[in-house]
Amino acid sequence: MTATLFTNARLIDPEAGTDAPGSLLVRDGRIVAAGAEIALPEDVEPVDCHGKCLAPGIVDIGVKVCEPGERHKESYRSAGLAAAAGGVTTMVTRPDTIPTIDNPETLEFVTRRANAAAPVNVLPMAALTKGREGREMTEIGFLMDAGAVAFTDCDHVVTNTKVFSRALTYARACGALVIAHPQEPGLSAGSCATSGKFASLRGLPAVSPMAERMGLDRDIALLEMTGARYHADQITTARALPALDRAKRNGLDISAGVSIHHLTLNELDVADYRTFFKVKPPLRSEDDRLAVIDAVHSGLIDIICSMHTPQDEESKRLPFEEAASGAVALETLLPAAMRLYHGDQLDLPTLFTALSLNPARRLGLDSGRLAPGAPADLVLFDPDVPFVLDRATLQSKSRNTPFDGQRMQGRVLATYVAGTPVYRRD
Amino acid sequence: MSFDHRHLLGIEQLGPDDITTILDLADDYVTLNRGPSKHSDVLAGLTQINMFFENSTRTQASFEIAGKRLGADVMNMAMQASSIKKGETLIDTALTLNAMHPDLLVVRHPHSGAVDLLAQKVNCAVLNAGDGRHEHPTQALLDALTIRRAKGRLHRLNIAICGDIAHSRVARSNILLLGKTENRIRLIGPPTLMPSQIDQFGVEVYDDMNAGLADVDVVMMLRLQRERMDGGFIPSEREYYHRYGLDEEKLALAKPDAIVMHPGPMNRGVEIDGTLADDINRSVIQDQVEMGVAIRMAAMELLARNLRNARSSAA
Repeated sequence: MTATLFTNARLIDPEAGTDAPGSLLVRDGRIVAAGAEIALPEDVEPVDCHGKCLAPGIVDIGVKVCEPGERHKESYRSAGLAAAAGGVTTMVTRPDTIPTIDNPETLEFVTRRANAAAPVNVLPMAALTKGREGREMTEIGFLMDAGAVAFTDCDHVVTNTKVFSRALTYARACGALVIAHPQEPGLSAGSCATSGKFASLRGLPAVSPMAERMGLDRDIALLEMTGARYHADQITTARALPALDRAKRNGLDISAGVSIHHLTLNELDVADYRTFFKVKPPLRSEDDRLAVIDAVHSGLIDIICSMHTPQDEESKRLPFEEAASGAVALETLLPAAMRLYHGDQLDLPTLFTALSLNPARRLGLDSGRLAPGAPADLVLFDPDVPFVLDRATLQSKSRNTPFDGQRMQGRVLATYVAGTPVYRRD
Repeated sequence: MSFDHRHLLGIEQLGPDDITTILDLADDYVTLNRGPSKHSDVLAGLTQINMFFENSTRTQASFEIAGKRLGADVMNMAMQASSIKKGETLIDTALTLNAMHPDLLVVRHPHSGAVDLLAQKVNCAVLNAGDGRHEHPTQALLDALTIRRAKGRLHRLNIAICGDIAHSRVARSNILLLGKTENRIRLIGPPTLMPSQIDQFGVEVYDDMNAGLADVDVVMMLRLQRERMDGGFIPSEREYYHRYGLDEEKLALAKPDAIVMHPGPMNRGVEIDGTLADDINRSVIQDQVEMGVAIRMAAMELLARNLRNARSSAA
C-alpha cells in the first residue's frame, strides 16, 4: 500500500494540545510520524496542505441513520457521504430505528448495510432495553460480540429504577458503556421548549431546565450503586454541571456530551415557531449555552456530538408542538464548531479533544489522535473560509438543518479514512 | 390612519397607533350596529372563510356576523369534523383552501403558532381567532375598546387579570396590548397557573387576590378550563372559588367604579359570582360581546383595504 506525506499543514493535535505547522506521514492506513520536519521518503506522494488545518477525524457519538425502517429519511449511503463531507470519520449510530436495534440479528443486518454503503467507519450502538421500552434488558453480551460499542435507549428514559439498575449492573460486568438521556420524564412530559420568558411569550408548553439535573442526579445515584460505565448523551444546562462535577470528583466512571446545537444556538432562535430549531432537549437560554461552553473548555463536558437526526419535510412542516424533534448536523458540525473558535471561546486543540480524542477514548478506539500508530482518519479543513449554507447542497436525504441561509466560517477540504480520501472539496 | 399589516396574527406585531386605528374605526361600527340598518358593503365581493380547528360558538358567530354585515360571502368550516380527521396536514388544508381564492381567512387552532404557519402558505389576509396558548388578538382589542368606552381612556389604568394565566391566550394578548398602551397590569392567580418568568413582561404578579385587587380600575376574569380543575393545577373547584373567585367582598377592594370583565363563556360559581356577573352597574360582560362584532368588522375592513391595495399595485 502506498504512503502519503501531508506537508505544509497546520497540525491540530488534541492529545498534545498543540496547534503548529508541520508534516504528517501516513503508511498502510496508519500514522507513522507527525512533526515539524519529516524528510520525504522516496516511495511517497506528497500532499501539500497549503497551511490549512489537519486534525484527527471526528468521532461522532449518536448519529441517527434511519435504516432499518425510514430509509427515505436517511440511508447508510447518504449519511456516510454527509459524514465524509463533514469531516466525520467515525459515525457511532443510534438504535432508535424502526424496529429498534435490540437484538444481534438486526445489529448484524445494520453492520452489513453500513460496511457496504458508508465510506466512513460505522460503529453501531444497541438498545439497552428491548424495544427501548424500559422493561427488559437486551442481550448485552451477544450484542457486544456482534459489534455494539455502547448501549442506549436514546431519548427514552428508563423510568423504572429497578430495571435500570439491573441493566447497569449487568452492563458493568460485560464492560459495556451505557449512554443515557438525563431527563426527569414526568416533569418534561408534553413540553417542546425550555420554560422561561420566551416560551411564555410564545405560549409553548415548556419544561424547567431542572428536569435535566433531576435526571442526572438520579443516574449518578444509580452509578454509585452499580459502578457502571456511563455517558450522559447531552448536558445542556448550567444547573446540571455541579452534579456532574461532583460525580467526576467522586471517581465515578462518568462522561458527558453536548450537541453542537446547544453550543451554538439558544431558545430565541426558535423565533416565529421555526420547527427546524426544535431539538431534544429543547434549546436553552443564553446563560445555559455560555455555561456549557465553559464546561467544554474546562473538560467537565467531554464530548461534542452532532446529534444528527434526519426528519423529512412532512415531519417538520407542522405546528411547533406537533413537529418532530431533531436536526441534521453531520455536515454542519465542523463549520458550526468554528463559531466557537472564531468567537475566542474554544481553541482548535480543545475543540478536537471534544470532537475526536475524547469520544474515541471513551469507546476504547485508538483513533482521535495524530500519534504514530493511530489510524490515519484525518480531516483537512480551512477554518477561515466564509460561506452561506444552502441546505439544498447537503448530502443527507433529509435537510432539516437550523443553519440554512446562515453565514458560516470554516469548511472541510478533504476527509481521509485509514489514509484513503473519502471526500475532497473541488 | 396607520395600519400597515397583511395579517392580524397577534398583538405582538401591532404598534400603539395600529391599536388606536382599529379602536377608532370600531367605535363607528358600534354606532352602525346600533342603528336601524346594520349593513355596509366594504367587503362586498370578498370571500371570508372561518376555519375553526377547535370548538367555538361565540367567536365564530361574532366573526360570521361581522363579515355578513360588511357584505362578505362568509363560509364556516368546522375543521374537527373534516379532512384533518382523514390525516391531511394543516399546510395541505391551507393550500387546498388557498386554491379557492378566499380573501379573508379566520383561523382558530389548538396549537400555538399554527396560525402563523398557515399565514405563510396562503396569499390572503389571515386573522388569528386564537392559537393554542399564544394569542387571541381580537379578544384583546375588544377588551380594550370596552375599557376605553367605560373608562374614557386606555392608559394609566390599574388593570387586574385574574385566573388561569398560564393556559390563556386571552391573557397573553391582553398583557401585550395593555402594556403597549401604558397601563399598570397585575396578574392574579395561583402560582401553578402562572407562566414562568411572567414577571419579566412588565407586570406585577400576585398570588393573593385581596392584595392584587386593591385600587384597580378594571378586573378582568379568565375562564378556568374544566380539565384543569381537579387536582392537577388546583386542589378543587370550591377551594379555587374561595381564593380566586370574584365576589362582592373581593370586588369591594377595587376602586368603587371598577368594572368587571370576562371573555366568556363563564363558569358561574367557579371564577365569578353569578349575581355579580349580571350586575349591570359593575359588569361589562355583555358590552364585550357587542364590542367583539365591531372590532372584528374594523379589523377585517382594514385588512381588506390593505389586501386590495396590494393587489391593485401588483396588477
